[in-house]
This record gives sequence, C-alpha cells and structure tokens, in this order.
Amino acid sequence: MVILAAIALFLAINAIRALREAGLDTMLSGTLWYPTSDPGKFGMLPLVLGSLLVTGIALLVSIPVGVGAAVYISEFSRGAVKDVLKSIIEFMAAVPSVVYGLIGVAVLIPLVKDVFSLPSGLTALTGGLILGVMSIPTIVSISEDALHAVPMDLRQGSAALGNTRWQTTFKVTVPSAGSGIFAAMMLGLGRAIGETIAVLMLTGNAAVIPDSVFESVRTMTGTIAAEMGEVVQGGLHYSVLFTVGLVLFVITFGVNLAADLVLERQRKRWRR
Amino acid sequence: MVTLAAADARAHGAPVAAEQEDLPAEGSFSLRDVSVAYGRDRVIEGVSMDIPPHAVTALIGPSGCGKSTLLRCLNRMNDELGNVRVGGHITLDGQDITGKAIDPVDLRMRVGQVFQRPNPFPMTIFDNVVYGPRTQGIRGRDELQALVEESLRSAALWEEVKKSLKKHAFELSGGQQQRLCIARALATKPEVILMDEPASALDPISTQQIEDTIASLKDDVTIVIVTHNMQQAARISDRTAFMLRESLEEPAHLIEVGETRKMFTNPDDARTESYITGRFG
Repeated sequence: MVILAAIALFLAINAIRALREAGLDTMLSGTLWYPTSDPGKFGMLPLVLGSLLVTGIALLVSIPVGVGAAVYISEFSRGAVKDVLKSIIEFMAAVPSVVYGLIGVAVLIPLVKDVFSLPSGLTALTGGLILGVMSIPTIVSISEDALHAVPMDLRQGSAALGNTRWQTTFKVTVPSAGSGIFAAMMLGLGRAIGETIAVLMLTGNAAVIPDSVFESVRTMTGTIAAEMGEVVQGGLHYSVLFTVGLVLFVITFGVNLAADLVLERQRKRWRR
Repeated sequence: MVTLAAADARAHGAPVAAEQEDLPAEGSFSLRDVSVAYGRDRVIEGVSMDIPPHAVTALIGPSGCGKSTLLRCLNRMNDELGNVRVGGHITLDGQDITGKAIDPVDLRMRVGQVFQRPNPFPMTIFDNVVYGPRTQGIRGRDELQALVEESLRSAALWEEVKKSLKKHAFELSGGQQQRLCIARALATKPEVILMDEPASALDPISTQQIEDTIASLKDDVTIVIVTHNMQQAARISDRTAFMLRESLEEPAHLIEVGETRKMFTNPDDARTESYITGRFG
C-alpha cells in the first residue's frame, strides 16, 4: 500500500508541470498527439484508445484459449500429457517479450497483411494477437490453480449423481473456481495493457484514433518507451510522458481494485 | 452361512430378472467372487454376498479392510480413481453392472452415494437438490419444486429449510449439510443409496438425526452403509457384513455376513466375535 502510494506520488510529482501547463482535461480529451511541434499538442486520447483496443483484442484471444487450456489440463489430461502441457505453458511465460515481438515481425505481420489484403501488416490486430498469446500463460496458470483448489469430493459428488466428466466440469468445477478464473482474466488484462516492447514493434505506432482493428495504433506504453529517450529531462514533453504513465497506473489500479471487490463479494457468498 | 444366504437370495432374485420389465426396480445386489486391486496391490478378494432390497446392510471391519472400496464397486466409483481393477460378478436386480455391461453414468442414477464428509455444491439449497434431476433432464418448475420438498422431507431437513431454499448451502451446519446431501441423492429416485461413514464427521446429535433418517428411508430404498462404529451398525442395520484384512501381504476377505442381531449376539466366526467385542481394530 505504501509502495503503491509512493509510485503514484512519484508519477504525480513528475507530471505536475504538464498538469499545470497543458491541463489534465485538455490532455485526456485531446485527439492530436504532436509532442514535437511548436507548441506541442499533447492529446492522449489516441494513445488511451490504442491501448484499450489492443488489450481488448488480446483478451478475445487469451481468455477462451487460456481458460480452455486450463480446464483441459486440470480436468481432462493425465500423466505425461499433463506434464508436457504444463511445461509448455511455463516455457511460454519465460520467453522474453522482445522475442514475441520478433516472432510477430517475422510471422504475424506478413500473415495479417496477406490474409486481410492490407497495405501494411502493422495493425492493432497484429499487436493484439501477439499480446493475446503473451497473456495466455498468466491466464492458464492462475485458472489452473483455481480449478486445482476445487475439492475432489465435489467432483465425486457430481459423478455419483450420474454426471459425465463434462457435465461435472461445467456444472460444478468451473463455477466453483469462478472467482479464481475471474482473477486470472484480470491479471491477463494487466499483463496485456502493461506490455510495451512487443506492441511497439507490431502496431505501427501511428498516434491517431483507430477506426478499425486493421489500422495502425499507438499504445500508452509504446509512447513512453519510444519517446522518453528523446526528451529534455524536466521539460514539458518529459512531464507529459509521466502524465501518460500516471493515467496508465490509474487504469491498471482501477482494474485490479474492481477485480478485488468482485472477488471479495464472491468469496463472501461462497464462503464455506 | 454365506452360501445359505446366497442360495436364498438367488431363489428370490430369479423371478426379478425374468420379469424385470414389469416389476418396479427394487435394488438388490448380488456379489460373486468380487476382487479389487489397486495396481499390483490386491485389496479385496473372493467376496460373495447378497444385499437384500429395502433393508440396511452395514459393512464393518477395521480401517483399511476394503469396506469403502467394496462399497465403491456398487456404483462404479472406483472407475474414477484410475488404475483400479475389479474382478468377479456384481448384479443389481439381476443385471450385470461390471465392465462394459453398463454405463457407470447410468448406474449412478440408480445407485446414489453419500460421502464421508458433507460435500454440498457451492449453490443454493434448492439447486443442490435438483442437481441430479436436472441432469436427468427434468426441467419443469413445479416438478422440481415437488421433488425438492419430497426429498428434503425424506431427509428430515424440510422443516428446517423450507423458508430458506434460496440460501447458500454452505450456510447450513455440518449435520444439515449431510442431510442435504442425502436429499440430493434421493432426488434422483435411486433404488439404492450407498453411505460411506456418513456420520463420522458429525457431532452426536447430528449423528442421531442421520441415523433416524436412515431408519425412515429403508421402506423406499436399499441402503448399504460403511461404518467404523459398531454400535451404529447394531442400531441401524438389518444385516451386517464383517470384512478383515489379516495381514498387509494378503487381500481382505469377507469373514461373515448375516442378520445383524445374530452377528452381534452369536457370530459364527471367532474373528467376528473378537472384533465386535473390541479385541482388535
């Protein structure tokens, strides 16, 4: 808690100049991001929407695949198959994100370009897909822990009432692990929205509000990483980038807080 | 003793098999030379006995004598454990229930089970009771409502929960949860209910309530109960089977089976007498 407050304070102190000179509402509602023009325009709406779009695509991929994989590993696989699948998931989590970026550049960019006959493969879709793959391990391992924690005697009770393994899984086991699976989705979201380097390599980084998933977008994280090296320390642009960081922090903090509240409410209801 | 009882039940069981279509299912088991092995470990061997319908049969014996394992043969729950081999013949109302002869899922609709620890599902009381019927495809609101009342009444829980059917099952006490599990098992209208030490995790008053429930149920269903508690077996069962694993190197055997009253007053086997009088186990 203290650490969180310290982080927020640190971001806020560095963002003060931008907040004073450019104004928070102007920055949040502005649609033009031209930080190097004179005077600079710091409308971060395109960045926020870019992050949300890419994260949304990522979750559309990672939630079904991740939860499905967790259910398969926990409820249906046995012995060697189970061990191999679990090691693959662990390995996926250990791959550095820049390597995912490289795979995206080599495989996904040409693929998206050809499949949808686009002028460029650097799109929100490309970034979202690779982010989805990257957040799968988080979702699988947390969901699997939650499923594993469901007592065996619940499954047996369901089987003894004439239910098949499928019926037991979907009527008892998955609902019992519901809060844990929800937490897994939220952590997957956190992983996706905070990821920087892979999206920077794949989305094309045009800071405009996207009309479709086939357009280039720029995320908040990508902006900070790309521009921080070129700004004058203590300058207005520098301070604006800290404001972007602050907004990102507030969003992720809000998501986690919401997740916690839902989990807590559920836990109270399900308490044994 | 064993063979006499067997011959008796065979004579009784023959017409059931022949007229299975017309007669209501009654829930009598016949076990012949049943053996169970976990991997290489032979746990039970050569168990032959009959379980008569609409009566309470108690399986007693020291820990690790394979009572629960034998019980799980009757609804094929051993299948869920993997690496378990069951040999011999077991029939329910004359129908073979071993191997590929029957789908275990169908069998379990006819043979319910109540476990050692109460295991209600994380749902409301109502949803717990209708869980099995819903699996069977019963959807009508009125029909489910009627089943819930009937099952909870049979399990002696209705009066306590009739105003709070929407309450979460975990809010009930341990004893209430166990009676809910009995109601849940009854709701699928089984012929038999297996109970694996159903009162061992409960306090004396709850245990008393469970025993009263069992006594009132045997008009409707056959009950097979595993118990550690000799007084409990003596109080509630009509017939008792005593199992014993005499050493870890050899599998458990059925030592004696018969009328509970006789078993507890004048057992045929000296080992039964020693166990019942508390000399071991």
